Amino acid sequence: MEKLLDIENLRVTFPTRQGEFEAVRGVSFNLGQERLGIVGESGSGKSMTGRAILRLIRPPGRVTADRLELGGRDLMAMSERDMQRVRGEQISMVMQDPKFSLNPVMHVGEQIIEIYRFHTGASKRDAYAKAIEMLQAVSINNPERVMRAYPHEMSGGMGQRIMIAMMLVTEPKILIADEPTSALDVSVQTQVLSIIDRLVRKRGMGLIFISHDLNLVASFCDRVLIMYAGRIVETCAADKLHEATHPYTRGLLNSLPRLDNPKSRLQALKRDPNWTLAPSVDGRV
Amino acid sequence: MTQQSSTQTWRQWLTTDTPRSRRQARLASAYHGWLTLRSNTLAMVGLAILLALLLIAAFAPFLAPHDPLSQDLGARLLPLWTDGHPLGTDSLGRDILSRLIYGSRITLYIVTLVALIAPIAGLLVGTIAGYTGGIVDAVLMRITDIFLAFPRLVLALAFVAALGAGIENAVLAISLTAWPPYARIARAETLTIRRSDFISAVQLQGAGPLRIITRHIWPLCISSLIVRVTLDMAGVILAAAGLGFLGLGAQPPSPEWGAMISEGRKFILDFWWVAAMPGLAIFTVSLAFNLLGDGLRDVLDPKSGSS
Amino acid sequence: MSRLEINDLSVWFGQDRDRVDAVKHASFAVPSGASFGLVGESGSGKSTILRALVGLVPTWSGEMKIDGQQLTKKRPRGFFKDVQMVFQDPYASLHPRHTVDQVLGETLNLHGFSDINDRIEQLLQDVGLGPAFRFRYPHQLSGGQRQRVAIARALAPEPSVLLLDEPTSALDVSVQAEVLNLLADLRETRALTYLMVSHNLAVVAHMCNEIAVMQAGEIVEVMGVEDMRAMTPQHPYTRHLLESSQGYRPSEEQSE
Repeated sequence: MEKLLDIENLRVTFPTRQGEFEAVRGVSFNLGQERLGIVGESGSGKSMTGRAILRLIRPPGRVTADRLELGGRDLMAMSERDMQRVRGEQISMVMQDPKFSLNPVMHVGEQIIEIYRFHTGASKRDAYAKAIEMLQAVSINNPERVMRAYPHEMSGGMGQRIMIAMMLVTEPKILIADEPTSALDVSVQTQVLSIIDRLVRKRGMGLIFISHDLNLVASFCDRVLIMYAGRIVETCAADKLHEATHPYTRGLLNSLPRLDNPKSRLQALKRDPNWTLAPSVDGRV
Repeated sequence: MTQQSSTQTWRQWLTTDTPRSRRQARLASAYHGWLTLRSNTLAMVGLAILLALLLIAAFAPFLAPHDPLSQDLGARLLPLWTDGHPLGTDSLGRDILSRLIYGSRITLYIVTLVALIAPIAGLLVGTIAGYTGGIVDAVLMRITDIFLAFPRLVLALAFVAALGAGIENAVLAISLTAWPPYARIARAETLTIRRSDFISAVQLQGAGPLRIITRHIWPLCISSLIVRVTLDMAGVILAAAGLGFLGLGAQPPSPEWGAMISEGRKFILDFWWVAAMPGLAIFTVSLAFNLLGDGLRDVLDPKSGSS
Repeated sequence: MSRLEINDLSVWFGQDRDRVDAVKHASFAVPSGASFGLVGESGSGKSTILRALVGLVPTWSGEMKIDGQQLTKKRPRGFFKDVQMVFQDPYASLHPRHTVDQVLGETLNLHGFSDINDRIEQLLQDVGLGPAFRFRYPHQLSGGQRQRVAIARALAPEPSVLLLDEPTSALDVSVQAEVLNLLADLRETRALTYLMVSHNLAVVAHMCNEIAVMQAGEIVEVMGVEDMRAMTPQHPYTRHLLESSQGYRPSEEQSE
C-alpha cells in the first residue's frame, strides 16, 4: 500500500504560566489509502494532531516532529507559502461545524470556484462546471440553485455536504475530517458519512477521521488510533475495536450505555496515572 | 486556614485552583487578572502614568514650586528652562509647571465624576431596556437615539449655556452627552445574556427581574463598560479641555489645562510653549488612559475568552 | 394519579406569518417516581416541552398538570420548589463570574432556607463533589464537575420532579457514565420523578422506563423501554432512529 503520510514523534506544545503544556506528545503513525480513525475524549490531543499535520497550530503553540512527510516531501521544512499550496491541494480538512467554516457573505458557489481556481488556475467556466460536478457528487440534487445560495440558507447537513464538496474539489490526496458529523442529527449523519466513504474509496484517498464516538469509528473506519492525554495508547483494526485490550479503551467502551445490553449501572472509568506516563504506541504499519 | 508569611506561599495561595474561602476566591481571580494585565507592557506604562498623575494631584502643594495663581507681571512669558520656572511662565507671569500640577487635580476631578455618572446612568438605562424589552425598551432607546443624534460638544455647549459656565456644570454636561453609548453597549450585552441558560436557571429559582439585573447581568456588563470608560476618558478630557478652551468650563484663574491652552492661544506664534505644555499634559494623560483601556480589554472582556 | 400530565399541548414561537409550531398536540403522563424519556432529532420540539413546563415559553395551549393541578401562564413561587430543571450545556448554565458557593447560596436563599452553609456542603457531597470545590469559579471546573454543580443547584430546593434537558450531551462518554450513575442514584435516594430529553437513544433507554419519540413537533410513538431494546417499534420513524443509532452502515448508502 502506498504511504501517503508518515509521521514520527509529532509534538504540539503551548507555553503557559505554569510552564510548557504538551497537547500532543510524541505521536507516530502513517496513513495509506485507508480510513484511519483517531478516537479520544476532549483534551486527548486528537484535534491538535489533525491541525498539526497541516501546521495550523497558532502561535505561541509550536509543532515539532522527527518526521512529517507527505508522499516523501518534508512538511516541516516547507515555507508558509508552500504550505498554503499543500493545504487544500494535497490535504483538505473538514471541521465540525460548517457554519464557522463557510464565509457567510459569499455565495456557496463562489467559494467553491475561488478555491478551485486558486489551486489550479482554471478558467471561470471550467471552475463552474467543476463546482457543479462536485455538488452533484455530494448528492445535492439542484446544484445550480445551491451555487447561488448563501451559507445561512442551508441546513446543517447541507452545509456539511457543501464543505465536503469544497474540500474535495481540488482532488486532494488526504482528507482530515474533524468530527464532521457531531453537529448533525443521526439520520443526516449517515448520509454525510456515506458520501465521504464513497468519495474516499472512488478517488483512492487517505482519510483521517477524528471523532469521540467509538461506535461510529468502529463501524466506519479501517484502522483506529486511540489517544489519551496527547499519546496513542492503542491501535487496532476498526472492526476489532470492541475487543480492544488497553484498560482505557475498555473503560471507554464499558462506560457507554448500550441498547442491546442493559445494565443497571454504567461502569465509570478509573484513570490510571500510568497511562499518561507510558510512551506512545507506534501507529505505523 | 493557616497562612505563611513568605512571598512564595502567598503567591501559591493566590494562584491556587482550589480556593478555600470566598475571600480567597475573589482575591485569586483578581490576582489572575493582574497577572494578565502585567504581561501587557503598554498597559503598564499607561497605568504608571495615571498613578503618577494621582500622586501629583495628591501632593500638589509639595511638588509645585510656586503658587499657581500668583501673578508676576515682571516675569511674563518666560521661555522654557528659565531659572525657577522650568516650563516658563504665562502671560500673567504665573509658573506653568505649578499650574499644570494643580491642574491635574481638576482633570482628575472631571474624569472621576464623569466616569461615575455616565456609565452608571448608561448601565441602568441599557440593562432595564434590554431585560424588559417591549415598550420600555422602545421608549428608552429612542431617548438614547435623540441624545446620540447631536454632536457631543455641541450638545455639551447647549447644556452649559443653559446651566451656566463652571466646572461642575461642564462635568454634568459632558456626562449627559456621554451616557448614550454606554446604554447601547449595556443593552446589547443584556440582550445576549438574558437568553443564556444561566439566566433561565435563576428564573427557575423564582428570582425577580430586579435581582437578575443587579446580581446576574450587571457583573457581566460592567467589565465591557470599564474598558469603554477608560478608552473614552481621553475624549472626556478633551471635551473638558474644549469647554475650557471655549471659556465655558473652568473659569479663570483656575489652572484647568484646556483653559490654559485657550489663554496661550493668543501668543501661540511667538510663545508656543504657553499653549504647548498643557497640550502635552492632555496628550499624555489621554494616551495613558487609552493604553490602559486596551490592556483592560484583554483582562476583562468576556468575549475574548476568559481562560 | 400521575405526577406530571400533559394533554394536547401545543407550543409555538412568533406570530401570524412568522409563527413556528414547535410542539403540536402532545400528550403523555408520567407516574410518580417514574422516569420518562423524550427522544427526537434537533428541532423536534422535545426541549420546548420542558421549557414550556417551567414557564420559559409563554405561548402554549392545552393542559399541563403537576399532581393534578392545572398550570396557568404564571408559575407560582412554590412551583419551583417542586419542579427543577438541569440544562444541556454546563458551560452555559453557570454564571461565569459566580463561584459554586454563590450559585448554590443564592438558590437556597431564594427558596428561603436558613441553614445555607450546611446545606451547600451537603449538596456538594450529594453530587460527588468535595468541599474543595465550593469556592471555585466555573472556569476552574471540568465539564462533568460543572454539570454536577448544575444538578446540585436543581436539587437545592428539594424538588420531587427533575426535568433533564440533554444532561450529558456536552460531556465525554466516561463523564457521561458518571453523571448518569449519579442521576440514577439520586432518583433512588430522593424518590425523584424524571422527565428526560435526549437525542441519544441508548442514554434514554438506560435511564427511562417509558419513552416518547418526537418528530417535527409531534409525538409519533410512546413505547416501553423493553420494546425499544427489542427493536420492535411501531412507527417507521422510530425504526429509522434506532437503526441510525447503531453506528454507520454502508448498506444505507442509497438513501436519497
